[in-house]
Amino acid sequence: MKIAVCIKRVPDMGARFKIGADGASIDETGLKFDMSDFDEWAVEAALQLAEKHAGSTVTVISLGPDSVQETLRKALAMGADAAVQLKAESVPAGGFAVAQALAAELKDGGYDLILFGRLAVDSAAGITGPMVAELLGLPCATALCKLDVQGTSATGERQIEGGVEQLAFPLPAVCTIDQGLVVQARYPSLKGIMAAKKKPLASKPAALGGVGVTITKMELPAERAAGRIVGEGADAVPELVRLLQTEAKVL
Amino acid sequence: MANVLVVAEARGGALKKVAFEATTAARTIADASGGQVHAVLVGAPGIAAEASKLGATGADVVHVCEHPALEQFDAEVLAATVAAAAGATAARAIVVGGTAMGQDIAPRVAAKLGVGVAADATEVTMDGDAIVIRHPMATGKVIATLAASGPVAVITVRPGALAVGTEARAGTVQSLAPALDPAASRVKVTKLTTGGGGKLDLAEAPVVVSGGRGLKAPENFKLVEELADAFGNAAVGATRAVTDDGWRPHSDQIGQTGRQVAPNLYVAVGISGAIQHVAGMRNSKTIVAINKDKDAPIFKVADYGIVGDVFEIVPKFTEMVKAARAQR
Ligand SMILES: Cc1cc2nc3c(=O)[nH]c(=O)nc-3n(C[C@H](O)[C@H](O)[C@H](O)COP(=O)(O)OP(=O)(O)OC[C@H]3O[C@@H](n4cnc5c(N)ncnc54)[C@H](O)[C@@H]3O)c2cc1C
Ligand SMILES: Nc1ncnc2c1ncn2[C@@H]1O[C@H](COP(=O)(O)O)[C@@H](O)[C@H]1O
Repeated sequence: MKIAVCIKRVPDMGARFKIGADGASIDETGLKFDMSDFDEWAVEAALQLAEKHAGSTVTVISLGPDSVQETLRKALAMGADAAVQLKAESVPAGGFAVAQALAAELKDGGYDLILFGRLAVDSAAGITGPMVAELLGLPCATALCKLDVQGTSATGERQIEGGVEQLAFPLPAVCTIDQGLVVQARYPSLKGIMAAKKKPLASKPAALGGVGVTITKMELPAERAAGRIVGEGADAVPELVRLLQTEAKVL
Repeated sequence: MANVLVVAEARGGALKKVAFEATTAARTIADASGGQVHAVLVGAPGIAAEASKLGATGADVVHVCEHPALEQFDAEVLAATVAAAAGATAARAIVVGGTAMGQDIAPRVAAKLGVGVAADATEVTMDGDAIVIRHPMATGKVIATLAASGPVAVITVRPGALAVGTEARAGTVQSLAPALDPAASRVKVTKLTTGGGGKLDLAEAPVVVSGGRGLKAPENFKLVEELADAFGNAAVGATRAVTDDGWRPHSDQIGQTGRQVAPNLYVAVGISGAIQHVAGMRNSKTIVAINKDKDAPIFKVADYGIVGDVFEIVPKFTEMVKAARAQR
């Protein structure tokens, strides 16, 4: 089986963000970057499928500036076989420009399965995977927390509001991976890191398409006003209930 | 004269609340240019009975697409039908509720129309001719303002974030044929298992009661469920610590890698308040925290906190919430 995984390099969400000088971006100075969580799970899922299906290969693709090569090397160190950088100075909003560039790269790759994260934790948009599926004319199953491949077809499961959907679809297909599909992504071993240095990493210009959605402003959210400790133990419950009724008016 | 198309989500034969929120957002956009709101309502035969509710929240026309095979959600049929309806109604914008279904179809519709998506709006306004949304990104630590230009703007709206309007319109019903034969769609929902009896949807519940590892064991989650029942309008959420350990399904997880909720009241029971959890609930209107550690970070975001043992406090809280509601 030939598997591709699209991975995004994102800032570490634990950081305190500052807004860039243009007022419409995150100031990147001092931030640490890593693979987006959902994409790590997608890489792990791909590696597990490749282990189950002999003769499989896993290719990872990332669109962005040269710094994404570090993220691609990490995926190679985890066990992916080959990597492709689609070089672009920045990653446009709205999904469509990126989706077009990814679709152009994936189109003639002969992939049986193309994996995405359910969403990138920085953009928090969750749009790129299904767009690529549409551009390639492939079936698409989103937010999977289970995925099994049997020959040329697959089954999956996803959690929707108030329920669980089971899905069946033919390959080749695009899937977006949600939490729960894998327990944890593997860490690159020392051996993996050494091996990754010798694995192929191609770099080519990204064929970014049209945009249509632009970020005009970014701001930090208003701080929540400091709350208060109503009291200690069960004795504080009557006062809490009174506040919920009279002050917050939610009861 | 810019028309707006809204995708009205129905599950199990009934419209979801997010359908009305999306219709109201569509009304805002349409009114800025004197256009009409066209709603698309798709489902098994009988779904047309729901159409009048869309008129009541601002739809001028409701295009009803009934088909026996559309009892289950079918993204391919829905995306094709919505894209076709967008063309037929000369829609300048398409508004979709950002549920599992909406997140699935909106990007496909956008790709069919050759445009991007302004995703997960918590505010929708007009700036002259441009549609402007606000969208919390990077786990809610940054709020972005996005402008959607291009021939068609595709927008998803976060469930629960927008108000439902009361400005009624005709809601004239027209029938719409699926743009794709459901038999031809490749991804099939083979089974839908719905959560336990009448449990409220996390995205829609006005009150969310969540539990964390402070509950010590899965069976103690009944304390959380009883408190939710006492409120009568509450859904149950959980932390990742708890969903990873299998105490609760992953779909109940609130946070960076789970659901993002913004209810009127959020009650955190035995939850430390890790940033990744707070990312999913910090926009709640009122937050209550119960934790035995007075230095737990959850108290920094809580409006009201009680320091102490959940096993002692929650039953009393449940009892008093029941009493307060019985008095009303
Ligand atoms: C990349 C990444 C993504 C993540 N995404 C999410 C996410 O989406 N959602 C999420 O929730 N977490 C997420 N996490 C995990 C998060 O960092 C925390 O580990 C998790 O939220 C902790 O859950 P908890 O509060 O239930 O447990 P703990 O942190 O163990 O806290 C338990 C709390 O209960 C209190 N307690 C214990 N006993 C009692 C008692 N008897 N009475 C009262 N209080 C008591 C303790 O004082 C403590 O504060 C993520 C982590 C990472 C690294
Ligand atoms: N710049 C990128 N390079 C490679 N893959 C990406 C990029 N941006 C987004 N993706 C993929 O698309 C998914 C969803 O991203 P988004 O639509 O931005 O939330 C991510 O989890 C990745 O799998």
